[in-house]
Amino acid sequence: MTQRARRLPYFFLMPAVVALFLVGIFPLLFALQVSFRQYQLTKPYLGNSFVGFANYAAVLQDPSFWGALSRTLTFLVIALPLEVLLGLGIALLLDRQGMPLLRALTRISLVIPLATTPAVAGLMGRLMFNRDFGVANYSLSLVGIPAVEWLGQPNSAFISVALMDIWQWTPFVALVFLAGLATVPPEIEEAAKLETTRWQTILRYIQLPFLLPGLTAILILRTADIIKLFDMVFVLTRGGPGSATELISIYVQRIGFRVFDQGVASAQAILLLILTIVLSRLYIRFFYREVTT
Amino acid sequence: MAAKVQTNTPTPTKSNLRVSTVLHAVLLLLVFSATIFPFYWMVSTSLKATVQTFAYPPVFIFVPTFEHYWKALTEYEVGRTLVNSLIVALATTALAVTLGTPAAYALARFEFRFKRDLWFWIISNRMVSPIVLALPFYLLATRLKMIDTYPVLILIYLTFTLPIVVWICADQFRTVPKELDEAALVDGASPFTTFVRIALPLAAPGVVVSAILSFIFSWNELLYALVLARNVTRTAPVAATSFMSGYELPWGEIMATGTLIVLPVIVFAMLVSRHLVRGLTMGAVK
Repeated sequence: MTQRARRLPYFFLMPAVVALFLVGIFPLLFALQVSFRQYQLTKPYLGNSFVGFANYAAVLQDPSFWGALSRTLTFLVIALPLEVLLGLGIALLLDRQGMPLLRALTRISLVIPLATTPAVAGLMGRLMFNRDFGVANYSLSLVGIPAVEWLGQPNSAFISVALMDIWQWTPFVALVFLAGLATVPPEIEEAAKLETTRWQTILRYIQLPFLLPGLTAILILRTADIIKLFDMVFVLTRGGPGSATELISIYVQRIGFRVFDQGVASAQAILLLILTIVLSRLYIRFFYREVTT
Repeated sequence: MAAKVQTNTPTPTKSNLRVSTVLHAVLLLLVFSATIFPFYWMVSTSLKATVQTFAYPPVFIFVPTFEHYWKALTEYEVGRTLVNSLIVALATTALAVTLGTPAAYALARFEFRFKRDLWFWIISNRMVSPIVLALPFYLLATRLKMIDTYPVLILIYLTFTLPIVVWICADQFRTVPKELDEAALVDGASPFTTFVRIALPLAAPGVVVSAILSFIFSWNELLYALVLARNVTRTAPVAATSFMSGYELPWGEIMATGTLIVLPVIVFAMLVSRHLVRGLTMGAVK
């Protein structure tokens, strides 16, 4: 009987674990062995011989791989601080007393970017950043700035992609911070408001400690998401012009599915996976202590 | 004492208060407009006659037309791809709920070896870049002749739908009192019957939320579908991107397609807006 009781959890877990192993682990093992092989789909006559670490060596010596990684880092360094600052500002606006209707309306509107299909967000960008009839250039013309070829120039294309990412993900940051602000005990906040009316002081000394866990979650998750970022960029610029907006996931996709060198692409994917595992270890260390002990 | 507090606090004068209220309102309006503008612009472009789309300066007031929707659905066969998206998203969600709820129940109720490791593994799926899985899935699906079939998409979508269902439902099962399960077991019900008849109905709100989130994420997915679907199973996001070639782009039809894709998920997302962040952070932020 106790034997049966001990087996009971596994009986419930088995279906999900088997399924997740088949779709989540087995393909990774397959990618791992492909990464040690010659695997050029356009040149089948070369065969799929074992090449040891040759693909990894090729990746690590490839300037375009490092270029894609450093571009991803640049993107992170530009977009993430802006998202955090804007998101914090929006959370504070939504947390402030007064204008319940407008606040409710703004809060619910934040769902729109979050739910928007990232590929469709890319389409919206194509429309708004169009050189000839886009609203971006129209707004610039209102303040007397000549038309910019947004998606045609490396720097402005990079900015366009960043702007769309900021549009889509700042609401996420805002809602995480808003959840943090809701955990501030009201009596402490009330007491502080008797002492000062400066919102900066209240933010620094009362609210900040309650925002820090959310901030950590944001930093780790947004980093993972920018490494994952594909759909929106693919539709908006396809990584172009040239390789100006070719972030790491776009780059690996190009090697795997447009150059069709699956061996090298798999090696890149495995390296990306290692980076990801480090990130999720960090995330787990910060957030799941109580669940796991 | 009260007087002392008074002197410390610069009591806001009436006009001061009004200025900050106005500022608050203006900033909120600004956030609201910036948030909805791209969406509004897509919808309004989808309703404009083609001439008005290319008008410069842009037209803000116009008589709406549904011709682009008609053309997108007939000439570009977007309807078929929307049905494909629906089939794949519903099937993967149903499968994720069927496989995931028992696992969530076990994680919430029982102690067992490797529980920690199982949690870590499930959470880690949130971080993995889809391109990492798309490469081997493509090669495996080619060998198994499963390219352009529904099952291959339904299965690969499990990599993100199953973790979400397990996480959100485990959270919900923890709120169901253990005593109810125990009472059923004492009455002679088997553990599985107890799960299906007692715990699962009580956890229904969590199950529904996780199902909606898994539907939204599947519906919105592009990369896997781009790699694994061709004609038969082509999903709506893939169709929307396929317009984007050539010089004369059918902007009206593109934006009509975009609207058709996004509108249903926005409605769903608003229904679960309170849980959206929970889903996106795997429960770390409630």
